[in-house]
Amino acid sequence: MGQITLDKITKRFGETEVIPPLDLAIEDGAFTVFVGPSGCGKSTLLRLIAGLEDVSSGTIAIDGKDITYLPPARRGLAMVFQSYALYPHMSVRKNIAFPLRMAKLAPAEIEARVRAAAAVLNLTDYLDRRPGQLSGGQRQRVAIGRAIVREPTAFLFDEPLSNLDAALRVGMRLEISELHQRLRTTMIYVTHDQVEAMTMADQIVVLRAGRIEQAGSPLELYRVPRNRFVAGFIGSPRMNFIEGEEAARHGAHSIGVRPEHITISAETGAWSGVVRLSEHLGSDTFFHVHDTGLAPSLTVRADGEVGLTHGARIHMTPRADAIHRFDAQGRRHP
Amino acid sequence: MARGITLRRKALNTAVAWLVAVVLFFPILWTILTSFKTEAQAIASPPLFLNFDWTLENYAIVQQRSDYLRFLFNSIVIAGGSTLLGILISVPAAWSMAFVPSRRTKDILLWMLSTKMLPAVGVLYPIYLLFIWLGLLDTRLGLVVVLMLINLPIIIWMLYTYFREIPGEILEAARMDGARLREEILYVLLPVAVPGIASTILLNIILAWNEAFWTLNLTAAKAGPLTAFIASYSSPEGLFYAKLSAASTMAIAPILVLGWFSQRQLVRGLTFGAVK
Repeated sequence: MGQITLDKITKRFGETEVIPPLDLAIEDGAFTVFVGPSGCGKSTLLRLIAGLEDVSSGTIAIDGKDITYLPPARRGLAMVFQSYALYPHMSVRKNIAFPLRMAKLAPAEIEARVRAAAAVLNLTDYLDRRPGQLSGGQRQRVAIGRAIVREPTAFLFDEPLSNLDAALRVGMRLEISELHQRLRTTMIYVTHDQVEAMTMADQIVVLRAGRIEQAGSPLELYRVPRNRFVAGFIGSPRMNFIEGEEAARHGAHSIGVRPEHITISAETGAWSGVVRLSEHLGSDTFFHVHDTGLAPSLTVRADGEVGLTHGARIHMTPRADAIHRFDAQGRRHP
Repeated sequence: MARGITLRRKALNTAVAWLVAVVLFFPILWTILTSFKTEAQAIASPPLFLNFDWTLENYAIVQQRSDYLRFLFNSIVIAGGSTLLGILISVPAAWSMAFVPSRRTKDILLWMLSTKMLPAVGVLYPIYLLFIWLGLLDTRLGLVVVLMLINLPIIIWMLYTYFREIPGEILEAARMDGARLREEILYVLLPVAVPGIASTILLNIILAWNEAFWTLNLTAAKAGPLTAFIASYSSPEGLFYAKLSAASTMAIAPILVLGWFSQRQLVRGLTFGAVK
């Protein structure tokens, strides 16, 4: 079991309130991702759950049991850090065995569990090496191994992939998702990368300035963002925002259309502009269109085969059911 | 590195470096040489460099007149004891300052260091009285405590700077892994900090070994370490250079040997954290 409930928790560092009163429920077995720009309080929130920071007020409960003032060691949670935080003086074997040793398990049991974890993570050949002799991806796997051996009630990941290069990151992303599929243990994952959030999460929690802007499934956030901030943060490339006359025509202060919800044409369309820049990804092409009279620049997605040169004039039509309308405060119009 | 260093320049640098080294080492060399001369040769003018009758009689006389081993034993107990006690106190202190700093941590560190700026003689009187009342005068225990206290600010500072270099996430990981404070310090912090702690211990032993103000003022016959042993040979009935030199050589030899064998560790420890 691993149901985590945060009830009106706050965190202040001296005079600054980092987390204003916040409520959140995390279902047992769910993969929850905290996402937001840097400084939004997502790591602090994770550290509060871990017990590495004390809450200023409010309660944290795991499976209905109040753990607000329990030390980290007694919360039954495991954490994977951004820097991996491996013990540099211990071999891989000892690193993975450390939590079991702290739990005072019998040596034979420890050895068996370490072997099992190493087999799952392809670390069997590296058990006698020191962390310094491993690559970044291997170190990350050791950190995960150290977390899984003790069968925690929930896993906490603090930006675990941000130190890896792009190719490795995609691989590790899959590995962590597979791990979740297999273990079905609650996982909380902090990242500033919305692609990681979209691809891995059952539930995404978008944070800004310590407040939850929206929590929901990835597609829910993609389809029905509650405000402009979430609309702009989820989805890649970013949603286009248009204000002024065109927005007023739709009865809103501003409207938003995702690049993938605009069709382009050489002859006719609702809007028109000049191609300033095109990014060819092979499967898709993104055009950055200027001189539209709507916004400084609009991004549109087209098929990878579409070839348009710099300076070409194109016409664009947004999909009518994919126009998001926001009021002056950035809230979504119902 | 292309800094245009010519061979001539290199040779010059080497020569200057050797000159400085010889000047620095000469007094020690002279002490050692003098310890093998007779008293008459020791004060000969012009001084004799190597062309004298090498003799071991000074060592024999010194050993006969005063029990070298007892002083050596006192030195070992006082230097070792004060270092051990100091480390026991300073590891938790430095841990808390490095990993759970408060708003006052910097002030406390500076305040501790400021006690080192006080001239020792300024507190001789109160400490002497305290020693009389506590019955600590001329005891090894008393010296262990005093030397531990006077070196404590330096040990805490050194350990604090080493600990600051250790990523806090490692300790947090240990906490998440179920380690309690004692286990966190014993199994994670200390092994990682071994180079820093080793050089702190070495430096402290050397400082305590060489300390002369308190060891001379607070001891008499029983608890005197090697500093008192040397001092006893610069007696009012006249200077005996050869015997004084023999005593000095015997007193500095152990620490010189220790320093020689640990110099790599010491240098590494002292520059630890200077470059990331």
